[in-house]
Amino acid sequence: MNFDGFMYPNEVELQWSVLIVLYPFLTGLVAGAFILASLERVFLVEAVKPTYRLALLTALAFLIVAPLPLQLHLGHPERSFEMYLTPHRSSAMAMFGFVYLWYLMAVLVVEIWLDYRKDIVLMMQSFKGLKKCMYWTMTLGSTNISNESRRVDNRVGWLITLIGIPSAFLLHGYVGFIFGSVKANPWWSTPLMPVVFLFSAMVSGIAAVMLLYMILSKIHGREIDQRCVDTVARYLLYTFLIDFSLEMLDLIHRIYEADESFRSLDFMVHTRLYTSQVVIQIVAGTVVPIALLGITQVLRLNANVRKRLYAIAGSLTLIGIFAMRWNVVIGGQLFSKSFLGYTTYKMGFVAREGLLTAIVLTLLPLVILWVLVNLLPPWPEKNAAVVSPSTPRQLAD
Amino acid sequence: MSITRRKLLVLMPAAAVAWEYVLADQPEGSPNYKTTDHWWGMLLDITKCIGCGSCVRACQLENHVPDGYYRTWVERYVVRDWGFGNIGVDSPDGGKNGFPVLADKEGKSFFVPKLCNHCADSPCTQVCPVGATFISPDGVVLVDKKYCLGCRYCIQACPYGCRFLNPETQTAEKCSLCYHRITKGLTTACCEVCPTGARQLADLKDPADPVHEFLKTHSVQVLKPHLATGAKAFYNGLDGSVR
Repeated sequence: MNFDGFMYPNEVELQWSVLIVLYPFLTGLVAGAFILASLERVFLVEAVKPTYRLALLTALAFLIVAPLPLQLHLGHPERSFEMYLTPHRSSAMAMFGFVYLWYLMAVLVVEIWLDYRKDIVLMMQSFKGLKKCMYWTMTLGSTNISNESRRVDNRVGWLITLIGIPSAFLLHGYVGFIFGSVKANPWWSTPLMPVVFLFSAMVSGIAAVMLLYMILSKIHGREIDQRCVDTVARYLLYTFLIDFSLEMLDLIHRIYEADESFRSLDFMVHTRLYTSQVVIQIVAGTVVPIALLGITQVLRLNANVRKRLYAIAGSLTLIGIFAMRWNVVIGGQLFSKSFLGYTTYKMGFVAREGLLTAIVLTLLPLVILWVLVNLLPPWPEKNAAVVSPSTPRQLAD
Repeated sequence: MSITRRKLLVLMPAAAVAWEYVLADQPEGSPNYKTTDHWWGMLLDITKCIGCGSCVRACQLENHVPDGYYRTWVERYVVRDWGFGNIGVDSPDGGKNGFPVLADKEGKSFFVPKLCNHCADSPCTQVCPVGATFISPDGVVLVDKKYCLGCRYCIQACPYGCRFLNPETQTAEKCSLCYHRITKGLTTACCEVCPTGARQLADLKDPADPVHEFLKTHSVQVLKPHLATGAKAFYNGLDGSVR
């Protein structure tokens, strides 16, 4: 028997596994990375420019992988396309399919393509054979890179980003709504859920891009733009403070209101969720990184120390946000809807919905990102090196 | 009236589609049953339930419910007057084989049969991404096994814990109110075997159904009324401690 107290007999088995934890974690990174990218594009925060393209590629890499945990979780993945063919309009999950598709095809891919179009054409011209063919395909037949056409690209790109910001908000706010609208589950059912999900998404996305930027710069032997990471870290701190305030508001509201579910949920937080919620999410994953980021704002530290603190804070942030997703998804299934008992989640290792699958799915976006970074280098200098000196002349022709 | 062969060939598929629509209002194999004439629910009398588990066994047999899963089950409540943890509930094997004798005689105890509430505003049908679970025109919440994705959102959305994922079909499953029986004029398997009449199938649209008299003369309640699901499992003698 792996439960205490009383569970409705069908509740003993958990329905949503670690893969469903991974899913909001991945989409959160997508939304957060895109919002960071839009800071430069729409809000003209010049300092974060070095992360702009990397943020877009990161968003794409994670967005490609995001539906995979869902597919692996379905009892009948072969029927999943029915969500698009015959969607049930009152279902938050069905409508999310369209939000996802809109965001992937109408926002992210278009924005990346517009931004990289010139580079793609230049690379097509500088390579031969298979690579040339590949870049030629990526041009979609649009090889005009005159100043006038670039101006149009920029204008359309700006517009797409403008549409993209509410779309990114929608993407992750909606994931929160999928949980927040389940009235049967008091752990999930709160109107704050979409907002908390959104801000935590921004936090995780900004932290991920900041870390990736620093790691990739190191790997490629480039100097880290200090002004850039300082600015990104400052935005991370601000967003984190809002996110933490919202989560605390939710907590205080629950404690003060103390409805019929409170005693049961409170007991769960103090026992089965103590490590993942209190220790990992709140202390190690929120308070510590906020304190570290706060220190960099208050004290005058040298650049190297700041970078190290950012790296530690960023890593802890990602762990904390993952723990937050875990506590929402798994935590929401550990107690009985009768409020009289608790079950446990036993995660397999080598299983369809096991730990190994989760690890592979977490690493897969990084592999895709590595491919994307090599295919579409996010650094302007590198593009210049790729393009041969004769290219500008060809361009002029 | 004359009709050419060409016209007939064109009309035949159209007629086939039209016939599908005609049949849609009539459950398979029950040509005389009209869904719009009925609105099904169930009356559960806690004062009559003896916790024998016959209903659970009958349901499992009738509907081939896999072991360890339940379309219906019985809970035993033991409620003491005060103190932390004053409500104790058990349901060994869903109450399938009855209940062990209580060692502690303190407080009051009673049995509560549970099943899908066939809610009129059911949260489970609301969340299904493809509409594989739906409310039939006669008020029964059903699952189309051939269409269900197995995403389990409906299981999460059910406040009463009535749904599960069938490990064999990998689709959501729940009480169908023995739809294959009630559309043929029979009662459900659980009601059929209940020795005390604690379970009564109720057709709320049928003026001759004794449920109307019962509802008029008794204080009945539904589970978790604050969730406004429009539950149609009506309980007589429901204690405030029952969830």
